[in-house]
Amino acid sequence: MLRLEGLKKRYKTGDEALKGVDLEIPDGQVIALIGPSGAGKSTLIRCVNRLVEPTGGKAFLGDIELTNLSSSKLRKARSRMGMIFQEYALVERLTVMENVLSGRLGYVGFWSSFFRRFPAKDVQEAYRLLDRVGLMHMADKRADELSGGQRQRVGICRALIQNPDLLLIDEPTASLDPKTSRQIMRLINELCQERGLAAIINIHDVLLAQMFSQRVVGLKLGEIVYDGKPDGLTPDVLTEIYGEEDWEATIEKVDDENELESEA
Amino acid sequence: MSVAEQTFPSSWRRPPFIKNPLLRWSIIIGAAIYLALAFGTMDVNWQRAAEGLPRGQRFIAAFFPPNFSDNLGVMWDGIFESIWMAIISTIAGIALSIPIGLGAARNLAPKWVYLLNRSIIGGSRTFPEVILAIFAVKLFGFGPFAGFIALSIGTIGFYAKLLAEDIENMSASQAEAIKATGAGWFQWINYAIQPQVMPRMIGLSVYRLDINFRESAVVGIVGGGGIGATLNTAFERYEFDTAAAILLIIIGIVMVLEYTSGFLRKYVQ
Amino acid sequence: MPRIDSTNGPVWKRRTTKQQWAIWAGWLVALAITAFAWQRISEKTIWFFVQDAPRQAADIGSRMIPPKFSYMSKLWAPIWDTLNIATLGTVIALVIAVPVAFAAARNTTPHPIVRTIAIFIIVASRSVNSLIWALMLVFIFGPGVLAGTIAIGLRSIGFCAKLLYEGIEEIDHTQVEAIEATGASGPQKMVFGIVPQVLPTFAGIGVFRWDINIRESTILGLVGAGGIGLELNGSINTLAWTQVSMILLVILLTVVVSEWVSAKVRGAII
Repeated sequence: MLRLEGLKKRYKTGDEALKGVDLEIPDGQVIALIGPSGAGKSTLIRCVNRLVEPTGGKAFLGDIELTNLSSSKLRKARSRMGMIFQEYALVERLTVMENVLSGRLGYVGFWSSFFRRFPAKDVQEAYRLLDRVGLMHMADKRADELSGGQRQRVGICRALIQNPDLLLIDEPTASLDPKTSRQIMRLINELCQERGLAAIINIHDVLLAQMFSQRVVGLKLGEIVYDGKPDGLTPDVLTEIYGEEDWEATIEKVDDENELESEA
Repeated sequence: MSVAEQTFPSSWRRPPFIKNPLLRWSIIIGAAIYLALAFGTMDVNWQRAAEGLPRGQRFIAAFFPPNFSDNLGVMWDGIFESIWMAIISTIAGIALSIPIGLGAARNLAPKWVYLLNRSIIGGSRTFPEVILAIFAVKLFGFGPFAGFIALSIGTIGFYAKLLAEDIENMSASQAEAIKATGAGWFQWINYAIQPQVMPRMIGLSVYRLDINFRESAVVGIVGGGGIGATLNTAFERYEFDTAAAILLIIIGIVMVLEYTSGFLRKYVQ
Repeated sequence: MPRIDSTNGPVWKRRTTKQQWAIWAGWLVALAITAFAWQRISEKTIWFFVQDAPRQAADIGSRMIPPKFSYMSKLWAPIWDTLNIATLGTVIALVIAVPVAFAAARNTTPHPIVRTIAIFIIVASRSVNSLIWALMLVFIFGPGVLAGTIAIGLRSIGFCAKLLYEGIEEIDHTQVEAIEATGASGPQKMVFGIVPQVLPTFAGIGVFRWDINIRESTILGLVGAGGIGLELNGSINTLAWTQVSMILLVILLTVVVSEWVSAKVRGAII
């Protein structure tokens, strides 16, 4: 369970990205975090694993307070949170297998990782995950030889091999075409259900958010302005989050699988 | 999804960088043999080198404190001579580089002009400035004129080559667009080529000025004038504290030039 | 783009009058500096020698032909030495350049003071030519290959470290962030996130510098630091011009071959 209490972030430039966010995510719940660019979505999930240092408030994972951990304890806590990135963020010059195994770095020592001597069960798990996402045959390819969708699958494997309690997912579909976007979102959803994982998915595509999550949180200028069921996203709510626009068309399209804004 | 109880390999090795094992091992063994031979034939007089360590200590100690005062007049003469040499040879070298560079660009020049200019560039690039300086000193006598000639030739090899490569890499569509207006050859160079290569070339000329200044410190060792001559004299007279002062001044000027060229390049782009 | 209204309607000029004057003034200053510099150089020139130069050149040129090919048998050893000076010097430089570069790059430096020291090492190494390094090292180690190798090494540290630290500063930060997010430690972040990204740059720099070093090591002999420059110096001093032309020919070939090798290897890496 993740709990945020009045989480704040003010950047050195003076921008207040988060103005005291309170949020509770129970185990096994997949939530979609929506909002316009600059609403603080990326900052929020980066404040959870402290890639960005929050400037105020508290975050708890279970009963561990993340916000005051020493650096070695923080590493341990980070290894319990998998992260998936917008531009995949694979280390391009390493092989697919090394990228997946790098998810275990929080668990193995320096020298065994240096010589790529990972424990047998980690290697087995890596193969199992690659097989699960259909990339078994790509294990020895270099990451920069893969297509966008394949790279994101590897990114998912890297997050899952951490055996996390929580997934932090930052715009997983922003660099993908509409069809691949749906496949990736479906895969993430299935995997979360298989493992009973909680996840925060940052996404700016309202449709995908409604299709693939149990709960939607709307963020605007660093504050939560909506928290509820996906079907509670009425035109009024969307106007509140994103500003004035004709939202009826967007909502109607939810049922229409094939017509997605290719902008996604 | 696969069968639930499917087993997976439990070990994984990173695929080697060179796939062919025969090639891989011959490269590794070849490198090892080469290193062994290289060290074996180095013919180091270790006794002399060991003696060198206390000598080195004394030698380094003799550098401190750097002596800026005793030979101040000679030092400044040398420094300024180097600066003048660097400026003149950069300007002359670049002036010569522009026609040669244009001629050595494959997309501008006919084949025979291209080959001729490429061989001029190749010739002036092959030999280090010091060797050029040795010959310049033989021909023009001791002094900064010989250094100037050597550095100018060196500048051609550097500047004309980069200019030619830059022209070859420029956007062909812009060049085409200007040509399509019916511009003459010089107009075409002026409107299509010059704006594209100019910013980088200005940055490079400051960079070359920097190189020429540094090189002027060595052409002096073989008689080409400048601070190198002063430095060489200081070494020959065992005035190491003066040598240290000269080296510090060189480092200082190079730092200033490097800062200027970085600043200028940002300003131009 | 200024538009100037005149009696005949608007006129377009590329620059305003003020800009145009500033540019003319700039040219004038440049011209003045050039003229002054030229005057200082020509003051110290004996023009008789310069006028005599074409005749001298023809004279020396005719004495250089044909190159003394039989001299080649004596050149193999110095070429081998030259090659070793360049290669081992490059290896030394690379080994030292790696920690210096990591200390100098903004995103990996442990402390700003360490960064300043590293930058100073880089500048000092780059400012002093290998021939001057060799001149000093010959005083310490005595004449020979060792002094030359170390001179090439010292000279190359700055070059390699500068290019390498610029490469480190340009890496993709999100890849490192992703490794950090897995709970990796500092050293693991280095090995998995940073090193793979800069490894090709590193190899490219090494080969590039090796090519330059071949050229530089041909002259170290002039101050007694071994290699083919020693033969060149001797031949010039004894006015053995056919030997000189043979040596120049050999240097030319060596440089061409090393350039070819370096281009091939770089092509294979990238």
